Amino acid sequence: MATPVKVYGPPMSTAVSRVLACLYEKNVEFELISINMSKGEHKKPEFLKLQPFGQVPAFEDEGISIFESRAICRYVCDKYADKGNKGLYGTNPLAKASIDQWIEAEGQSFNPPSSTLVFQLAFAPRMNIKQDKVVIRQNEEKLSKVLDIYEKRLGEARFLAGDEFSLADLSHLPNTQYLVSGTDKGNLFTSRENVGRWWDEISSQDSWKKVVDLQKGT
Amino acid sequence: MAAIKVHGNPLSTASMRVLATVYEKEIDHEFVFVDMRAGEHKKEHFLSFNPFGQVPALEDGDLKLFESRAINKYIACEYAVKGTQLIYQDSKKMAITSVWMEVEAQQYDPAASKLGWELAIKPLLGMSTDTAVVEENEAKLAKVLDVYESRLAQSKYLGGDCFTLADLHHLPTLHYLFGTQVKKHFDSRPHVSAWVADITARPAWLKVLALLSQQ
Repeated sequence: MATPVKVYGPPMSTAVSRVLACLYEKNVEFELISINMSKGEHKKPEFLKLQPFGQVPAFEDEGISIFESRAICRYVCDKYADKGNKGLYGTNPLAKASIDQWIEAEGQSFNPPSSTLVFQLAFAPRMNIKQDKVVIRQNEEKLSKVLDIYEKRLGEARFLAGDEFSLADLSHLPNTQYLVSGTDKGNLFTSRENVGRWWDEISSQDSWKKVVDLQKGT
Repeated sequence: MAAIKVHGNPLSTASMRVLATVYEKEIDHEFVFVDMRAGEHKKEHFLSFNPFGQVPALEDGDLKLFESRAINKYIACEYAVKGTQLIYQDSKKMAITSVWMEVEAQQYDPAASKLGWELAIKPLLGMSTDTAVVEENEAKLAKVLDVYESRLAQSKYLGGDCFTLADLHHLPTLHYLFGTQVKKHFDSRPHVSAWVADITARPAWLKVLALLSQQ
């Protein structure tokens, strides 16, 4: 039996949970190695060897050490193409291109405003950092515009890249989970009919439920 | 065979990112100019290519794609046998390249584009530079370039021994930043500086600049 892959970082981190969702979806066994961020473990030399920017997650598989959650997910899907959800990253080049397009949209358009809101509304209070109301308002406006585009798209297709749940939808799970379950901004998603339907469906994936359980356990 | 069409504007960094790839791959293409000053990118016809109303977009037969980095990956894979190899076939090497493609998108580009906008574009449009934004993002970029300096001390290019999309994706913002005070952050790091000199001298990139100078 193959050695489990290693993921370094706390499951409450959005980027770590993106990788965990992918590993569950692909039925790839993993060992989760905790990194104590409140003690600055992620900035220490041993960790910087794995992730030179001092951020989580880091990832190891037989003879390879990589970082950046979206790159890790793509690697997992390519290396373990025949395991678990085989269509997660598409089964042909055109499907893959469409999924990549929406992963880029997530990374470039959805992630900046949503991750800022997650930090301001879910993490800052826990860290005794003062919230910035102007930043919250600006990013809520930006995210609303992005979700208007998603509303239209999800009226044309069941999932972002087409008829099947893909890595593109999965990439959105971590930030949305916090916003819907941990802040008062969940209505941004639930008040939009198609976005609401899409969120219900993608968050009901068994793989995501496992990640949420893992997050609650810590 | 139908030529591929790139819908974009030479002034847009994202459009330049795709043009660089098309020239590297030596692919027959048609460049369809999108008049951003006239707001063409926000009109219904263009929105059917990119619902975010941003350039560029790609047409290849029936396929329509947006997001420059996704377009480039598609071109690099679909036209693997043509022109320069821009991705690795070996899966471990590709995984490393994929990491540095994400680094460009997530660590480098946010700071680099904000600096390009404040220091290079705003003055051209008669708008005033926000010095607080510049200070914040210069500091961020400097930290990113420290990591690049270490990486490029071990590896000729970001992904490994060969020039790939991981390097190419930096070219458009580099072009704008080198006309500003930010250039010194690249010049002061010897491996970064050598890497920039190498990738900006590529013939395919010079063709993109030639197109830009015609505007």
